[in-house]
Amino acid sequence: MRFDKPATTNPIDQLKVVGQPIHRVDGPLKTTGRAVYAYEWHDPNNRYAYGYVVGSAIAKGRIKSIDVTAARRAPGVIAVVTSDGVGELKKGKYNTAKLFGGREIQHYHQAIAVVVAETFEEARAAAALVKVDYIEEKGAFDLAAAKDTAVKPEEGGSDSAAGDFDAAFETAPVKLDQVYTTPDQSHAMMEPHASIAAWNGEELTVWTSSQMIDWWRTDLATTLGIDKAKVHVMSPFVGGGFGAKLFLRADAVLAALAAREAKRPVKVALPRPFLMNNTTHRPATIQRIRIGAERDGRITAIAHESWSGDLPGGGPEVAVQQTRLLYAGENRMTAMRLATLDLPEGNAMRAPGEAPGMMALEIAIDEMAERLGHDPVEFRIVNDTQVDPENPERPFSHRNLVACLRTGAERFGWQDRSKQPGGRREGNWLVGMGVASAFRNNLLVPSGARVRLDREGIVTVETDMTDIGTGSYTIIAQTAAEMLGVPIDKVAVRLGDSRFPVSSGSGGQFGGNCSTAGVYAACIKLREAVAQRLGFNNAEGLVFARGEVRAGERSMSLAQAASDEVLVAEDRIEFGKLAETHQQSTFGAHFVEVGVDVATGETRIRRMLAVCAAGRILNPITARSQVIGAMTMGVGAALSEELVVDKERGFFVNHDLAAYEVPVHADVPHQEVAFLDETDPISSPMKAKGIAELGLCGVAAAAANAIYNATGIRVRDYPITLDKLIKGLPELS
Amino acid sequence: MRAFSYQRASSIEEAAKAAVGTEGAKFIAGGTNLLDLMKLEIETPTHLIDVNGLGLDRVEPTPEGGLRIGALVRNTDLAADERIRRDYALLSRALLAGASAQLRNRATTAGNLLQRTRCPYFYDTNQPCNKRQPGSGCAALAGFSRQLAVVGVSDACIASHPSDMAVAMRVLDAAVETVRADGTRRSIPIAELHRLPGDTPHIEHVLERSELITAVVLPKPLGGKQIYRKVRDRASYAFALVSIGAVVQPDGTGRVAIGGIAPKPWREEAVDNELANGAKAAAAKLLANARPTEQNAFKLTLVERTLSAVLAEARG
Ligand SMILES: Cc1cc2nc3c(=O)[nH]c(=O)nc-3n(C[C@H](O)[C@H](O)[C@H](O)COP(=O)(O)OP(=O)(O)OC[C@H]3O[C@@H](n4cnc5c(N)ncnc54)[C@H](O)[C@@H]3O)c2cc1C
Ligand code: SF4
Repeated sequence: MRFDKPATTNPIDQLKVVGQPIHRVDGPLKTTGRAVYAYEWHDPNNRYAYGYVVGSAIAKGRIKSIDVTAARRAPGVIAVVTSDGVGELKKGKYNTAKLFGGREIQHYHQAIAVVVAETFEEARAAAALVKVDYIEEKGAFDLAAAKDTAVKPEEGGSDSAAGDFDAAFETAPVKLDQVYTTPDQSHAMMEPHASIAAWNGEELTVWTSSQMIDWWRTDLATTLGIDKAKVHVMSPFVGGGFGAKLFLRADAVLAALAAREAKRPVKVALPRPFLMNNTTHRPATIQRIRIGAERDGRITAIAHESWSGDLPGGGPEVAVQQTRLLYAGENRMTAMRLATLDLPEGNAMRAPGEAPGMMALEIAIDEMAERLGHDPVEFRIVNDTQVDPENPERPFSHRNLVACLRTGAERFGWQDRSKQPGGRREGNWLVGMGVASAFRNNLLVPSGARVRLDREGIVTVETDMTDIGTGSYTIIAQTAAEMLGVPIDKVAVRLGDSRFPVSSGSGGQFGGNCSTAGVYAACIKLREAVAQRLGFNNAEGLVFARGEVRAGERSMSLAQAASDEVLVAEDRIEFGKLAETHQQSTFGAHFVEVGVDVATGETRIRRMLAVCAAGRILNPITARSQVIGAMTMGVGAALSEELVVDKERGFFVNHDLAAYEVPVHADVPHQEVAFLDETDPISSPMKAKGIAELGLCGVAAAAANAIYNATGIRVRDYPITLDKLIKGLPELS
Repeated sequence: MRAFSYQRASSIEEAAKAAVGTEGAKFIAGGTNLLDLMKLEIETPTHLIDVNGLGLDRVEPTPEGGLRIGALVRNTDLAADERIRRDYALLSRALLAGASAQLRNRATTAGNLLQRTRCPYFYDTNQPCNKRQPGSGCAALAGFSRQLAVVGVSDACIASHPSDMAVAMRVLDAAVETVRADGTRRSIPIAELHRLPGDTPHIEHVLERSELITAVVLPKPLGGKQIYRKVRDRASYAFALVSIGAVVQPDGTGRVAIGGIAPKPWREEAVDNELANGAKAAAAKLLANARPTEQNAFKLTLVERTLSAVLAEARG
């Protein structure tokens, strides 16, 4: 199905199942431990062996020699695989650094060997016996130091401009010119990367933890130099990913190579420290923002430049993305520059671009409002735009930022915010409120699905879509139930298997909208097949409801259509030019209240509110879960999360969950989420948009602004830890 | 993790004997620190002597009016003990400020005292670290040192001691009771249990290799207002940047020990004497010989301000 005209009324609009607060259908499996995750697959006919990865001990250089003699002799060891032994491997399309390092070391903890043994413990012990002789080379690890060497990235789109920024900024009566920094961050999801690989002759099956089945399948085939058709990838349950599992990772490659060598299925999980230094992370940024405005608050000039670093061949963190679209202003420019750093590979983490970009932009907006003497909510409203400000002939498909801000201000009690920073004190707490807009683009990715109807009237959906904890199983079941007029318990959903039609996968907050739109397309085909089978040829006003198909007086049971033979329909949603003619984005407003301990500078969040305008909400329970999870991640970004770079030794030092501090329960206060009741027919037949990343974009800045409101101390360098506040806090008696 | 043998000791004598008789033997209590370190091969004992079955899990009154806390009393149980909560509230609060409920259910009194530093380089066997591998250097000095110590440090090591409980024990002047392989017992004032790094940061305490901690003894209650204030980046489940244990009497005299700033729970009697003159004076005395890095210099201000808050709370 090609989607190139705005959606009109369709079966989804009935909202009998879609849009209803239905608890996740896979919930009982997960709460009772029956959902099988990658590492847990177990076939009693298989004798699994265990692989343990050896990572490079240096950040940059060469391997002079690897001595595996002692490891090979260790108890239980079946095989030791080094890149020497397997020859030069190709690199997958989506990988920047090699997943199995050769003689050249590109980053710390790059995989250089895998030890296979009868038990996990034996493999781990033997891995420690692998002796490696390195020739260390100097590398670049410090973004601030490398900033001046940064260049315009090769792929296009790094710069944009409209009007004459320099002239307009020069003459603006009120101006801001500030630099903000965001640190490297780790996805830090619960389930580490893990894979089991099994060969059957030339055929390879991999049970893994992947957000994007087809990307993994393709890149695994490329890396191993085998035919994609011979690779089968399974990932029905994923314990979180946040982008860390978008791209093929070392566990799958090492498991496949190890299994070939050991002639047995092999399990490989990456130990926790490898998450930080072996896989990808969100790159740090340095961002300069300049804003000029008239005294009435209208922005006349806005510029956003961002610097980030990556390994050669990598890309920039697209932190200026939102600034091209979020606020009005005739004269504007954005630019991104990329430095070469020899740290582990930077790549997508939840809301790549907007997450760090909004961390900077929304502080700048707060600062500008203050300079103008305007309320930060009103300042944002004054600068709302209904068209793409760089291309004013291009409207937004649907944009209701203003309502988010107004509704939020009302619900949060914004009018009680002290106008004077440091003006509200409760006991030992300095209390402040902050606001930020939320903004994240709505991305559209083709997505396929297959639906079958059997004689019991059970509808089975198959798609390689993944559920990374987001609720895909549930909203897909809702979609099929709505489309075919059956209760949700008559729908079975099967995901995360490369034998199923290729879907959008889970990423970029496109999964919910796109994968259900793909299921919609397949269901339309199935409805046609059902109608034909039941003899409703060309019937107008055909209704699928309560397990029946009806037209006028005539009604038949749905199951009847499959009485002789299972009915199967497959289709794929493809998106036409609507994304070019219309800017599609999602909007919201974040409100945060903090307390800052007047003595120590410890910041504790007191309450948070997000108001979101993101098209149709397919399921308010799963959508809310996404938003509160994202808000929590935003608390981490604001207050504690930072991969600390050792600039001498070239690696992320705090590489475990004790030292990389994500928020714990005690950090997460009262959270409220509101969704504006809206649809976006330009986005998809579901009239939905993304929600999962929107919930993160702006949260940290709202917290930063609240800290400023509480203390009068403006911190432009995340995370806002107490050491950055303590010197500016009031004298104690 | 290296392979090891395992023995469940059934008497104190058996445990101490086994320890002296087996090269590379170590005691294991809750295992919450030791096992993690073994997995990373930072600790590589060849033999583990499990001391959980020695009956050292009781809290009993002493003739002096204090309490004897068995070495194997779990952190959870100690924090909940009625006598501790009533007479040594500081200790209960310190315990509850540490780790998580699950860890506290396992963690023991002796194990907590002997837990090792959280310096991130200590935990990464690819990095130089004098404490882990004597003579290899100290990566933290020029690296990530935000969490580490500012007093009592040396050029060889600036690691901080991570325990909360030990800070309270130091304020209370607890004594550590031990048994050695030859059966001799001794009592070590908590002030003397841990050693400063000097040139030998790998030697962290004065216990002999086979010396078993059997109990920690608290003197009779001090009364006064008892406060434990832990400052950290997140609200729970984080090690202290700075923590302060304090007992302040109605007349303004008192004692304080500081955590998170030194290789051991830090207390100086001279600082206690300065308390009546306020936080600024006391902190100045306490930090007179401080040697912070650029990254942890904020702890100097933080100590003073936290102390000020603690004294205000004590007065209030
Ligand atoms: C994620 C995490 C967070 C934590 N957060 C905190 C925190 O915030 N604050 C805090 O204070 N602590 C914290 N801890 C540390 C925790 O308190 C310690 O791990 C625990 O107290 C150690 O006790 P254990 O009985 O498990 O010791 P074990 O691991 O069994 O032993 C530790 C050491 O003591 C020795 N030992 C044990 N018993 C005896 C004995 N009777 N005689 C002689 N030697 C003995 C062992 O040989 C070993 O060397 C945290 C730990 C973790 C894993
Ligand atoms: S501070 Fe001590 S523990 Fe940390 S790296 Fe230096 S020597 Fe090792």
